[in-house]
Amino acid sequence: MRFSVLLAAGLLTTTAASAQDKPTLTVMTYDSFVAEWGPGPAIETAFEETCGCDLKFVAAGDGAALLARVRLEGARSDADVVLGLDTNLTAAAAETGLFAPHGIDAPELSLPVAWDDPLFLPYDWGYFAFVHEESLAEVPTDFRSLAASDTSVIIQDPRSSTPGLGLLYWVKAAYGDDAPAIWEALADNIVTVTPGWSEAYGLFLEGEADMVLSYTTSPAYHLIAEDDPSKAAAAFDEGHYLQIEVAGKLASTDQPELADAFLSFMLSDAFQSVIPTTNWMYPALTPESGLPDGFETLIVPEKALLFAPEDAAAVRDAALDEWLRALSR
Amino acid sequence: MAARAQPLTPGVWAGVLAALAVPALIVLTVAMLLASAGSFRLPGPVDWAAIRFTVFQAVLSAVFSVLLAVPVARALARRRFRGRGLLVTLLGAPFLLPVIVAVFGLLAVFGRGGIVNAALAWVGLPPVSIYGLHGVVLAHVFFNMPLATRLILQGWESIPSERFRLAATLRMDTAAINRHLEWPMLKSVLPGAALLIFVICTTSFAVALILGGGPRATTVELATYQAIRFEFDLSRAAFLSLVQLAITGSAAAVALRYAGVATFGAALDRPLYRWDARGGLLRAFDALAIAAATLFLVLPMAMVAGRGVPSLMALPGSVWVAAGTSLGVALATTGLVMVAAVAIGVAVLRIGPRGRLLEVAALSAVATSPLVVGAGLFLIVFPFAEPARFALAVTVLVNALMTLPFVLRSVIPAMQRVEDDFGRLADTLDLTGRARLRLVVLPRIRRQLGFGAGIAAALSMGDLGVIALFADPETATLPLQIFRLMGAYRMEDAAGATVLLLAMTFGIFYLFDRGIGRHAET
Repeated sequence: MRFSVLLAAGLLTTTAASAQDKPTLTVMTYDSFVAEWGPGPAIETAFEETCGCDLKFVAAGDGAALLARVRLEGARSDADVVLGLDTNLTAAAAETGLFAPHGIDAPELSLPVAWDDPLFLPYDWGYFAFVHEESLAEVPTDFRSLAASDTSVIIQDPRSSTPGLGLLYWVKAAYGDDAPAIWEALADNIVTVTPGWSEAYGLFLEGEADMVLSYTTSPAYHLIAEDDPSKAAAAFDEGHYLQIEVAGKLASTDQPELADAFLSFMLSDAFQSVIPTTNWMYPALTPESGLPDGFETLIVPEKALLFAPEDAAAVRDAALDEWLRALSR
Repeated sequence: MAARAQPLTPGVWAGVLAALAVPALIVLTVAMLLASAGSFRLPGPVDWAAIRFTVFQAVLSAVFSVLLAVPVARALARRRFRGRGLLVTLLGAPFLLPVIVAVFGLLAVFGRGGIVNAALAWVGLPPVSIYGLHGVVLAHVFFNMPLATRLILQGWESIPSERFRLAATLRMDTAAINRHLEWPMLKSVLPGAALLIFVICTTSFAVALILGGGPRATTVELATYQAIRFEFDLSRAAFLSLVQLAITGSAAAVALRYAGVATFGAALDRPLYRWDARGGLLRAFDALAIAAATLFLVLPMAMVAGRGVPSLMALPGSVWVAAGTSLGVALATTGLVMVAAVAIGVAVLRIGPRGRLLEVAALSAVATSPLVVGAGLFLIVFPFAEPARFALAVTVLVNALMTLPFVLRSVIPAMQRVEDDFGRLADTLDLTGRARLRLVVLPRIRRQLGFGAGIAAALSMGDLGVIALFADPETATLPLQIFRLMGAYRMEDAAGATVLLLAMTFGIFYLFDRGIGRHAET
C-alpha cells in the first residue's frame, strides 16, 4: 500500500520541464507513424536539419484514437500539430474548435479529388480495396458479384477501425439507399469482423478468408518489402472509396511559426518521398523522383468515391445503424 | 476470529486502505469521465443487445470452463506422475496469454486452414467454422478452464490428507468420498471459480468480436472502447462501466448466496495418499482427462511458437527494448500487488465477518474496464503533467488493480485455512502481528503466494490495456510493440516477438510459481 501512495504522490507531482536551448515542436500522431519502421524517424531527421528545433512525436493509438486524444487534452494540449486524422474524422475535429487555419496555399496536389480545406492539409492517401491472393479464381468485380459469390471476406468493425468506417462509407457512397440490401447480401460472405486492421490482415495471411478489406497499395508492401508478388487488390466497378490522411495545427500551439513550417515541410519532397514505402500509401504530392518501383503494378480505380467531411459526419449514424441491423440478423 | 479481541494495528489499517483504494479509484475515474462528459444520453437498443450478449456468453463460458475443469482437477488431485508439476504450471499458461496470441493459436487449430479442418478434409468430412457463439465460448474455455482447474485443484488439496486416511479406514469407496469430502469442497469452490470466470468473460472484447463473427457478438467492453476511442462519448463509457459493475455485483451476490462453506477441521500437514483411486477404470478416466486437456491447451500455443521461432533472431532492436520495459512493468506490478494482497488478506481475516465486504471491495477491480480507468487517470493526470511521463507508472497501477483480484482469490482462502488450522495454537503462543505473519502464515501460503505473484507478473506482461492511451514512441511494452508490428504489415516480426512474449510470460510465471511456491503440488 505504501507503494501505491508513493505512486499516487508521484502522479500528482508536476515535473519541472528540462531546460532546452532549442524550441520543441510536438506532433501528435498515430502509433504506426512513429514506429522504427514507419515514416517518423526519417521525417524527424529531415525536418530537424532545417528547422533549428527539436521535433518530438507523441503517439496515440490509431487515427480514431488520435481524435479522442485531442479531445481529451483539449486546449491544454502540449501538442502543436496533429497528424493522422482522415477526412471521415475532420468534420468532428473541426467542430471541436481546437484547430487553427493552416494558411498555406496548397500546391497542385496529386489527389484524385480537389482540396480546399482551410484547417487540414493532406499528406498521403489511398483507396480502400479487397486484397486477395493472385491465385484466387473468379475475383469479384463489384459488391453485387461479391455478394452473389461464395468468396469469403474479413472486414473491420466501423465502430473501432478507420478502414471499417471507410467500407461503410464505400457501400453507402456507391449504393445510397440500397446499402442495407447490399449488406444483407454480403452477410454470408463475411467470415468475421475484427476490431482493427491488424487483426483482419493477420487473419487473411493465415488463410482464414479469400479476401480482406485493406488498401490498393497493400500488394506493394509484399512486392517491395518481401519480394512477394502473390497479392493483388480487386478492382471494383463502382469505384473505390478514398482515405485521405491529413494534418492540422492546434490553435493552442505555443510554436505557431514552427507548426506552419512543419506543415509546409510536409508537402516537400523530403517528407513525401518517405511516405510510399513506410506508410504504404500514395504521397499527397508525388515527389520529383516519382513513385517507387513496384507501385506501377497496382490497380488504379477508375472512379474515386468520397463524402465531403460534413456529409460523412451526417450519414455516419444512419449508415452504422444499417450495418448493425444487416449483420446482426 | 472476530471474537478474539485484538487491536487494529497499522498493518491492518494499511490493508483496509488498500482494499478501499480499489473502489475509490474506480469511482474516481468513472466520476472523472462523467464530469468531463458534455451531456448524458440514455442507452439505446444497441447497448441493451450488447449487455444481453455479454451476460449470455459469459454464463456459457463460465459454466463450461468450470464443468470441464472438474474431471481434470480431480485427475490431477489423485494422481502423481513425472512432469505433473510442469503440467500444473503449464495449465496456468493460456489464461496468461495476450488475447491476440491466443486467438491466432486457436485459429491455427480450429480455423479455416487449421489442423482440425485439415483432418476433417482428409477423412472426407465438410469443414467446421469456428466463428459464432460456439467460437467465443471455445476461446473463453481455452483461456479460463485452466484457471478453473487450478482453483479447483487448490480446493482439492485443501481437504486435509487425514480425511482421506480416515475415509480409507472406513472403507469408503469413490462415491462415498465424493459425497462426504469432495462434493462439500466443490460446493464451496465452484461458485467462486465460476463467478471469477464469468466476470473475466464479461470484459472480453477482441476475442468475442473476432470469433463471434460479427456485430452480433458485441460486448459491453467493445461498446466502451467505441464510446471512448471513436465517439468520444464519455458519459456513455461511464454508463457502460457502471453496467459492467452492476452485472458483476449481481453475479457476486448470486455466487455468494450459493457458495457453501466447507469445513474439514484441522489438518496436520501430512502428505496425501488416495487409497480409493487405485482402480483401472478410474486410472484410465483420469489419464484421458489429463491428456485431452493437455492437448486442447498446448496445441494452439505450440502452433504460435512454431510459427514465430524462425524470425526470433532477426527482431528489430525496439522489440528487445520493449521486452525490457515489459519486464520492468511486470516486476513492479508484482511487488505492488503482493504487498497489497497480503495486507488486505490480514485485514479481511482480522476484521471478521464484515471483512468479506472488504474482500468484495478489493475484488470489484475485476469488473472494471481498464480503458475506463485509463481514460479517467488520463483526465486526472493531464492537468498537472504530461501523461506520457507517467505511462509506465499508470500502467503498473492499472495492472496491479486488474491482477489484484486473482491474487486475492488465491491468497485469502489459504490465509483463512492457516488461521483456522493454526490460529488457536498461535494465539496460545501469543504470536501476533508481524511475527505471526512471518512464522505461521506466510510459510504455509507460499504456494498461493508464488501462484499469485506468477499470475500478476505474467498478466501484466501480456497486457495491452492502458499503455496504448499513454505511451509515447519510446515507452512501448512488448504487446504494444507486437501490435505496432502487425499494424505495419510485419506479421513475421510480430510472430517472432509473440514467441518472445510467450517465453517471457511463461518464464516469469514459472520462476515465481515454482520459485516462491517451491515444492508446491498445486
